Parts: sequence; C-alpha cells; structure tokens
Amino acid sequence: MMLSVQGLQAWYGKSQVLRGVNLQVARGEIVALLGRNGAGRSTMLKAIMGGVARDGRIQFDGTEIGRLAPHQVARLGLGYVPEDRSIFPDLTTAQNLILGEKPGPGGKFGLDDAYALFPRLRERADAPAGALSGGEQQMLAMCRTLMGSPALLMVDEPTEGLAPMMVQKVRELLVAVAARGVTILLVEQKLDIALAISQRLYVMGHGEIVFEGTPASLAGNAQVRREWLEV
Amino acid sequence: MEQLGLILLNGLVYGLLLFMLSVGLTLIFGMMGVLNLAHASFYMLGAFLAFTISIRLGFWAALIIVPVLVGLIGAVVERYGLRTVHKHGHLAELLFTFGLAFIIGEVVPLIWGRTPVPYRVPAALDFPLFSIAGNAYPAYRLFMMAVAIAMFLVLYLALARTRLGLVVRAALTHPDMVGMLGHDVPKVFTLVFGAGCALAGLAGVIAGNAFTTEPGMARSLGAIVFAIVVMGGLGSIWGALVASLLIGFVQTASISLDMPLGTALMHLGIPVNTAMLTDLWQITIARVAPVVPYVLLILVLALRPRGLMGTRSA
Repeated sequence: MMLSVQGLQAWYGKSQVLRGVNLQVARGEIVALLGRNGAGRSTMLKAIMGGVARDGRIQFDGTEIGRLAPHQVARLGLGYVPEDRSIFPDLTTAQNLILGEKPGPGGKFGLDDAYALFPRLRERADAPAGALSGGEQQMLAMCRTLMGSPALLMVDEPTEGLAPMMVQKVRELLVAVAARGVTILLVEQKLDIALAISQRLYVMGHGEIVFEGTPASLAGNAQVRREWLEV
Repeated sequence: MEQLGLILLNGLVYGLLLFMLSVGLTLIFGMMGVLNLAHASFYMLGAFLAFTISIRLGFWAALIIVPVLVGLIGAVVERYGLRTVHKHGHLAELLFTFGLAFIIGEVVPLIWGRTPVPYRVPAALDFPLFSIAGNAYPAYRLFMMAVAIAMFLVLYLALARTRLGLVVRAALTHPDMVGMLGHDVPKVFTLVFGAGCALAGLAGVIAGNAFTTEPGMARSLGAIVFAIVVMGGLGSIWGALVASLLIGFVQTASISLDMPLGTALMHLGIPVNTAMLTDLWQITIARVAPVVPYVLLILVLALRPRGLMGTRSA
C-alpha cells in the first residue's frame, strides 16, 4: 500500500473530529472520499499532512509519518490542495507556481507542464494570483502542488462553487494527472464525478468510515447513499 | 521655505529609522501572528552593544558586528524560546515576548547602569555638513539616511528577487500552506525573527548616538513602533513604510512648530471658540507632538480597521 492509515484520530481544540479511521490507497489508484459536510473528510487530509492535532498510524511508502511536520510529509512526496485553495494573493501566478517546487533537485513536473495542462495560467503568469477567477485559482492551486512532483495528490473539493465548464476542466486535469502516474485521494461532494473517475471510494460519517467499496457497489447501495450522502 | 526643507529632511531620517524598526515587527507579526512586544528592546540592546563595541573596536566595527550579534540573539530566542511556547497559542507567545521585554529592560541597566551612556557620533562624521534655516545640519544625519536607504534596498531586493523572499511573502498570508508545499516554515520563522531583530539592532547602532542611549529608550520608541505597525496594516511592508514616513514627517513638523493649537486650527480653516477652554488653545503644537502618533492611530483604526494597507483587521 502506498498510503495506509490505521486508527487515525484528530482534534480541533478539545472536540474530536476523527474517531479511528482506517483507509488505504494503492499506487496508481484514484480513491474518492465522500460524505456530508462535517463528516471529517477535510480533517482527514489535514491530519495526514500533519496540519491538525492527531494520533494513530499513518504510513506512506512504508515510512511512518504520523509524527512528522507538514513540510517533512510534503517532502516525502505527498501533495495537498486545500478546500480554500490558499492561493498567495499578492504574488503572481508564476511565483505561486514556483513556490510549489520543493527544495533540492528538480522534479518531473515544471512550469511548462502546468501551462500545458491549463494554458490560461501562462496568459495570467504575471498577474497577481488574487485577481484570478475562482476556477483559475483552483487550477493554479492544483498545478502549484503538482510542481512539487508528488507521488500522491490529495485534493479537497476541487469543484466546489465552480461553473459547469470549470468543473469539467478540473475533472480533465485530475484524469490527466492520474494518467501521468500520480496517485490521487479526492474529497468530493459531487457523486457523479467520484463515481466516474475513481476506482475505489470511502464514505465518511461522524468522523468514521461508514462504507468502503467500488463505484459500482456504491451505485447499487441506495441505503448508504440515502443515509450518508444525499442531502 | 528652508524651514520646510529642514522638516522634510529630518522627517525623512526619522521616518526611515522608524521603518527600520517597524518592518521587522510587521514581518514577524504577518508570519507568526504574534506582536513581538520585545522588538524595541532589541533596538535598545543594539545601541548599548554598539556603545561597548565602539569603545573597543571603533564605530565601524560596531556597525557590522552589532546587527549580526543582535540578530543571532533574536534567532536563539525564537528557536529555543518562542518555538517551544508556540504550541500553547498566540496568547502564550505574546506573554513570552512581554516577559522578554522586561528581562532585557532589567538586564541592560544591570550591565550599563541606569543613566545614559556616552555613546558618541564617530569623529569622522561629527561635523556640520551645511546650514539650513539657520541650523547647522550634521553630517551624521545624512549618514543615517544613507544607511536606512541602503537597508531598504537590500530588504526590497531580498523580498522581491530571492526564493526565500517569496517564501516569506507567501507565509505572510498562508503560513500553513507554505509548510504543506514542503518549505520548512519554522526555520523561516527563526530567520525572519533574527533578521527583524538584526534590523532593530542596526537602528540602535545608528540612532543610539544621534539621540540618547539610556535604559528608557525601548519604552519610548516601542509604543510608536506598535502604533506604526497597526496603522500601516498588520503584516504589510508597504503599509509600515507609509506609516513610518507619515509619523516621521508629522512628528518632526509638530515638534518644530511653536504655534499655539488654537492659532494652528484657525490657519487650517477650523473655527474654534477661543473663549471656551482658553488654556487648551494656548498649548503649543510642539507640546502636543508626542500624542500625535496615537491620535493618528486611533483615527486610522476608526476609519479603516485593516490599517492603511493591511488585508486583515487588527
């Protein structure tokens, strides 16, 4: 297993958000993490990166990362794109991308790759990133993380609040990235996207995994969808 | 006219000096979310160390050694003090710097005594450069300006052109994200804290002899620097520059104006009834000068809570 999470607990202050989560991601997979707002999906990604107080076993490529600082986790090859995108608004688009490069020898993914995936970024290269549209910022955030050549990309709700055309672009980008051999752990609200592009999926509720299976098994399980997904 | 020139010249020197202090403070706040209450104490430390080192090795050696020394002290304080307190939250960090300010404030008189020390302008720069508005203008003032401008250029290039500068600017808005992209943010914190302290130390070296090097100097300047950082917008470098120059000019101008308050307001076209509160209108502007920065601070906060160029509320 590329990523193996066992008994992961996480807290915001005194309130416990994750209550012993087990999750596995194999190399080359696209795994979707579903659930309603507040189910703990975003916290799950943050806890893996070391961004919140956590306890439990997290192994990445056989290395225990449960006690590492975020930058150490990132340097091992985990890439994270947060829900709020965390664009650096005062820096230019190009500077945002450059900051995605990790210290040390250059990786496989460079500025030209980012521009090839989403040509609009080249056009706006010298514009302050804060001036980009929401969709452009989402593409920038994903390309910025890809600049660090992650082996595993964790993306939190990339299509949230985007127009249908941008949703399509994000989806194409994820598929293209996966085709380059990057493993993806995707938190997604839109069930159709998750069912279409993932090989396996997990459903979370109240800080625990409540369903694990293939897109086909979830599509055939109306009870899980009604209880844990549909609003 | 010459009077105005003098005010502009002195205001610029004072403003740039204030910027040297406030830029470190605003960078530290922007990145770490902590107002370093001990920041002006590092300025005082710089002045006293410069006094001691200039006696042994001369002023020019002090100009190089002291900022490095104060910067190292700052880096050690961050690495082994602030960082361990960090996990307990911002209040603990604030209290830590509060305590640190008191420690430096007590240690300095313990070593150097409670009275001003004779830290003098170096002989090579101790002559009147030209005469303006009937005053001899000291060459050392111009030297202060040159050092401040050089510092500004180096800082600007470091932030605008280097990769580390990019990391620092990105961390001003999203420190967590910078870490998750693989940058060692705690190390950058230590560097920025050290650099900010080094700048405060440099300000101490070049201002300690132009003004007075005494144990109360941190307190008197500290409050103004906080006002500047909040006024300019917490975390904003350009805001700190604008607010520093503004306070520099306004304070220099008001100190040199010997005009009663009532007369000044009438000159500005603000009608005042001098029959009421007669004593108040007789106070000269020069005597009101010390309170001016704080009045400006409150005005800015009332009208624009983010500060002049800030992005977040104070």
